Amino acid sequence: MRHARWRRVLAAGVAAAALVGLAGCGGAPAGPPVLNWYINPDDGGQAEIAAACTAASNGAYRIEVSTLPRQSSEQRQQLIRRLAANDSSIDIMSIDPPYIPEFAEAGFLAPVPQDVAQRTTAGVVNSAKEGASWNGELVTVPFWANTQLLWYRTSQVAATGLDMSKPVTWDQVIAAAQRQNSTIAAQGIRAESLTVWLNALVESGGGEIVTNPSPEDPEGVELGLDSPAATKAAEIMKNVSAVGGPGFSTASEDENSNAFQAGDAMFQVNWPFVWGKVKSAVEDGTVDQATLDDFGWAIYPQVTAGTRPAPPYGGINLGVGAFSPHVDLAYDATECIVSEENQKQYFLTNGNPAAKTSVFTDPEVVEEFPMAPVIAQSLQQAKPRPQTAYYSEVSESIQRNYHPTAGIDPPGVGPATAALIKAVLAKEELL
Amino acid sequence: MTTTSVKPGTGDTAASPAGRDPSDRARSEQRLGWMLAGPAFAVMLLVTAYPIVQAVWYSLFDYRLTDPDNISFVGLNNYAVILTDEIWWISFGVTVFITVVTVAVELVLGFALALVMMNALKAIRPVLRAAILIPYAVITVVSAFAWQYAFSLDSGFVNSWFDWVPGVAADTDWFGGTFSSLFVICLAEIWKTTPFISLLLLAGLAQVPDVLQEAARVDGATWWQRMWKVTIPNMKAAIMVALLFRTLDAFRVFDTVFVMTNGANDTETVSFLAYRQTIARVEIGLGSAVSVLLFLSVVVICVGFIKGFKVDLSQARGEK
Repeated sequence: MRHARWRRVLAAGVAAAALVGLAGCGGAPAGPPVLNWYINPDDGGQAEIAAACTAASNGAYRIEVSTLPRQSSEQRQQLIRRLAANDSSIDIMSIDPPYIPEFAEAGFLAPVPQDVAQRTTAGVVNSAKEGASWNGELVTVPFWANTQLLWYRTSQVAATGLDMSKPVTWDQVIAAAQRQNSTIAAQGIRAESLTVWLNALVESGGGEIVTNPSPEDPEGVELGLDSPAATKAAEIMKNVSAVGGPGFSTASEDENSNAFQAGDAMFQVNWPFVWGKVKSAVEDGTVDQATLDDFGWAIYPQVTAGTRPAPPYGGINLGVGAFSPHVDLAYDATECIVSEENQKQYFLTNGNPAAKTSVFTDPEVVEEFPMAPVIAQSLQQAKPRPQTAYYSEVSESIQRNYHPTAGIDPPGVGPATAALIKAVLAKEELL
Repeated sequence: MTTTSVKPGTGDTAASPAGRDPSDRARSEQRLGWMLAGPAFAVMLLVTAYPIVQAVWYSLFDYRLTDPDNISFVGLNNYAVILTDEIWWISFGVTVFITVVTVAVELVLGFALALVMMNALKAIRPVLRAAILIPYAVITVVSAFAWQYAFSLDSGFVNSWFDWVPGVAADTDWFGGTFSSLFVICLAEIWKTTPFISLLLLAGLAQVPDVLQEAARVDGATWWQRMWKVTIPNMKAAIMVALLFRTLDAFRVFDTVFVMTNGANDTETVSFLAYRQTIARVEIGLGSAVSVLLFLSVVVICVGFIKGFKVDLSQARGEK
């Protein structure tokens, strides 16, 4: 009896599941076409923009967001795997700039129409334009642009006599931290952020990690890691790790922002999210107002006194999937997403700086982010990471040889890494 | 695939003595056997053999997922690249280290726990078994995160609890060096999978006939003598199964390393290496070759265990 009852329950369940399955196959849903926007995780800003643009389209399309993994390298992996299988469900994607050449070379991006390119790059900061392009052509649409600043605790720096209103060098920052028995929070973890740091140091010293990307022939890539600028960069990394605190080799942006907020580090090089974070902590009552007031900011440190630094450039650009059935609509939606109004709103609510320069002078933005002018200046000077279709190989090779930074041999690490990258691209070595 | 086995005395072995044609009944039973086992066999081929064959095939090509127009046949070149690269040997060494350390510790600990479960009072036995099994029910990634948080510098409590141990200080960065990272990785693995091994050993312990124990006791054997001469030899098959399963499991360790160090400080394992070539670098050819080598290592371990222990697995299943 019991068996029979169970069998009936099971049969009913199977029938119900089959019906649901059949209902799911019943043709396309009614209403406007749905555009899938694959976004990187944020505080909900992109979803809000999607809703706003859906409303503004007057029924021409509906944007739905799907969230990608947290790490940018994992975002790339997921998108690439889907696009390699010609996934037509990807209409719009939020892409981290260093991976754009790879997407473009593989033919994963629908070409940007000339008029869209003109309209979306008008008044956009240099670094974002550079980061959205490949081979001199715009292949994605700049959305928001990020850059790192040098953050300092005003009270601790005051005791060292360092004048932060003038540009400072890495050596000065290291010496000040040593004098105060404090630390510098930089990203010493074996992750993408280590490459970001090295690239900023090499570019600030006038060098380049990849001097000729050679997209047609990966084995012909030329590297600048044996240059004096690269050696100086490695020296700075090693010196910073000596004053980086005990957990330096595992410190990422989040750990650094915590250490700085707690007062354990007197300096940090980090993205502007740290400001939004401390502000909300003050609002929640977990951090004193005095801590917020103690935050100071300046342009990224110089490698040698008198030379203009090239701070890290990050952010997100929007690509339209090459296999999307709605490329035109997707570009319409993209233009709506990157409108000045949305960029400003996104900056204000999520703390991610805009790609358009005009946003930084907006009174509302300046009130919320008093460092907005410094961010704007930093973005104009910022340099993207090496632009090559093999970026992830370059970055992983760097992470392998430059980590842990305390143990590197400054003159030797650059040439060794260059040799590794060449061997990896020639498929003679594993990574 | 065990469905093809038939009960002694009713199957074709009994109906068809060697040298003679099988009877009609035996033939129809054989046919029925194939009909029953056939679909399972086909599914097995589809889900296990097909990916293996595909991996072997891809491993002979230079194939990058983002550059599908430039696939070229390179023969065994991918294997040559891997086997001459120190990264492979470091990963292999790390994997062997984790396997040997965790399995050895787990065997001793698991055996002790099995004895406790076996001899515990009947009333508390179910509670005890449930308590011991909890770590095994925890998802590996979750346990890896839990242990990572416990040992990390900012959120961890280990440093403050154990700062009286020599070598542990308030600022010990466990994930900053190879051996300290491997120590935490092994610890998390041991915590997680000791229950599994102890459960298998408990099954083995329960199989040792009581009459043998009693006979030994009557002969005046001490506890140790009974353990070494009666209990352990009689549960050889169970020990082998426990060791084999755990060794294979440990050799494929991935999640814990991925969460805790992401391969930093030379803590990369072989499956992590395969993941990075295939998923991160999208080099399908190279990655497949690493996967095939991992598969071959697992086969070698399997054969080694079965030959080394001289245990007939079908006997362990009680078929003969």
